[in-house]
Amino acid sequence: MAKGNDSVVASSVQLRDVGKSFPAPDQPLTRRPVLETISVSLEAGELVSLVGPSGCGKSTLLRLVAGLDFPDSGELLVDEEPISGPSAERGLVFQDPNLFPWLTVRRNIEAGLAARGLLQQKRSEVKEFMRLVGLEAFADAYPHHLSGGMAQRVALARALINHPKVLLLDEPLGALDAFTRMRMQDEVLRLWQNRRTTMLLVTHDIDEAIYMSDRIIILTQRPGTIEQIIPIALDRPRDRSSSDFLLLRSEILELLHFAGNRSSQVTA
Amino acid sequence: MLQGQKISRQSQVTVGSVPSDHVRADSAERYALSTPERKHPTAALLTVPVTAALALGIHFLVAKKEPPNESRTYTIVLGSFFAGAIVAAVMQRWWPALQTRMRRFRPLFTVGVLLLCVWEIITSGFRMLPLPYFPSPAGVVQSMINDRGLLFDSTWHSLVLLLSGYLLGVAAGLVTGVCIGWSAPARYWGMPLLKVVGPIPATAWIPLAMVVSPSALISAAALIALAVWFPVTMLTASGISNTRASYLDVARTLGANARYLVFRIAIPAALPSIFVGLFMGLGASFLTLVVAESVGVKSGLGWYVSWAQGWAEYGKVYAALVIMAVFFSTIMTLLFKLRDRVLVWQKGMIRW
Ligand SMILES: Nc1ncnc2c1ncn2[C@@H]1O[C@H](COP(=O)(O)OP(=O)(O)OP(=O)(O)O)[C@@H](O)[C@H]1O
Ligand SMILES: [Mg+2]
Repeated sequence: MAKGNDSVVASSVQLRDVGKSFPAPDQPLTRRPVLETISVSLEAGELVSLVGPSGCGKSTLLRLVAGLDFPDSGELLVDEEPISGPSAERGLVFQDPNLFPWLTVRRNIEAGLAARGLLQQKRSEVKEFMRLVGLEAFADAYPHHLSGGMAQRVALARALINHPKVLLLDEPLGALDAFTRMRMQDEVLRLWQNRRTTMLLVTHDIDEAIYMSDRIIILTQRPGTIEQIIPIALDRPRDRSSSDFLLLRSEILELLHFAGNRSSQVTA
Repeated sequence: MLQGQKISRQSQVTVGSVPSDHVRADSAERYALSTPERKHPTAALLTVPVTAALALGIHFLVAKKEPPNESRTYTIVLGSFFAGAIVAAVMQRWWPALQTRMRRFRPLFTVGVLLLCVWEIITSGFRMLPLPYFPSPAGVVQSMINDRGLLFDSTWHSLVLLLSGYLLGVAAGLVTGVCIGWSAPARYWGMPLLKVVGPIPATAWIPLAMVVSPSALISAAALIALAVWFPVTMLTASGISNTRASYLDVARTLGANARYLVFRIAIPAALPSIFVGLFMGLGASFLTLVVAESVGVKSGLGWYVSWAQGWAEYGKVYAALVIMAVFFSTIMTLLFKLRDRVLVWQKGMIRW
């Protein structure tokens, strides 16, 4: 992953034998494993996708890396340090946009700066990020009035404005139409290339995973374990219709078929 | 005329399809208002002036049974209302804001004036109700005018007492509510206290308050504060503890500290619930105010009512009740306005 950029603003992330279980909803005394023996290292500045069937624990894994939950077993390290809780250095875009409904679009985007007391200093960036997600015209609208895709773009901008060293994205582009989605993929890639953040991206879209990531982690059905990690060695910028791309795509789809009835999850 | 109606009807339709100022996009009100407006013939505009004229007529018929000064005052009141209704009916053709208002309030005004007529008929007209307990509307109006100085003074005293007690109770309730809603130890110790002390009506403390406190006014303010404190605390606490966990999660990944989580996430998220508490507290404060004024405090509208009753001046009693109704509902309306302002984000009112 030689990225040829010496300003180190990314962090490495290591997961060692991470396991997580939750109490079963029907019998609260027994715990149901959701993730088991997850071991993987993300290098600083790497972009890794996480693919797997619904309910296999992808969101749970992101929450663990964000520091919102703690594993039952194993350990998570960021830059060799154990994760002790959430931090602005690890941004998370949730599967639901979860915008603060009492704040306007502008104030939602500013929230990260306001929370850290940096708003005065960095106000100019707010506009920049609003432009990035194409929502300047809605700066003073409340989330109530946004479409699902717009809300998700605001959530993306809200996480990006903190310039996190690790960015965790839980299907951030899921609600967008095909064209906006491709544009946003390029925007996210551009940001990633400019800022060298480490990214962990959950997606159901194989094309998106191949187009964007350095490696794809495929998880099994619940309890989620790592089925396979596929490196994507295509040159960037990638061409979605090149023969290498298509070849890789059919290989991965094949693999998912083998792994069970998951192909239905995949929007091909 | 027809032309004019067509245009006004069309503009009504466009206003109706875009949520306008007072129509909330996602409330049942929208459905209530979206039923097509019926045609309003010119005659309908005259219902208020006509009923006012009817009231005047009835008044002239029964006037000789009333004291002349009462009768004259009431004539002036009804006459000015009649004149106002005529002016409004004419003006509204060129003043759209007035027109929508009149459309809304015309039935209410009409029925209100009719009720005044009925009241006058069964009191002055046929003497169906015993005096002095049931004076005629003319008598009440006359009492209101005669005693305006004292009534104004009483209203002012009530306002000061109400506001000091209410604001004190709200401040205390917000603080305890946020603590109980946010912190587990505060909830552990606070909830039992709240559950035991809270449901006691504040007025039940009156005997104790009279003994303990140096002045009736201070103890009344404290009782009002207590009455307000309970619902505000309850609903603030429940709003805070029901804050969606995902908002707090998002804020924590954005780098929020505990202060930010409480003041910028939990409290705004709890505001709808807090406002319910503020309304319940306001109702409780009216009740406590009036009771406290009629048993201990020597001023205010509650005191005025029991004082006037002591002298069997029932005209004054009703006059004070009318003023109380206007006074309390004005304060209630102000709180509604405040809520609509603070909770714009929730109402989905278009304001940009
Ligand atoms: N707080 C919780 N308490 C109990 N069970 C939970 C909790 N969070 C997640 N789970 C369970 O863990 C499993 C994995 O959930 P998770 O949200 O991580 O799945 P996912 O892979 O993100 O699925 P999807 O692709 O549908 O978003 C689910 O079966 C879910 O019911
Ligand atoms: Mg998920």
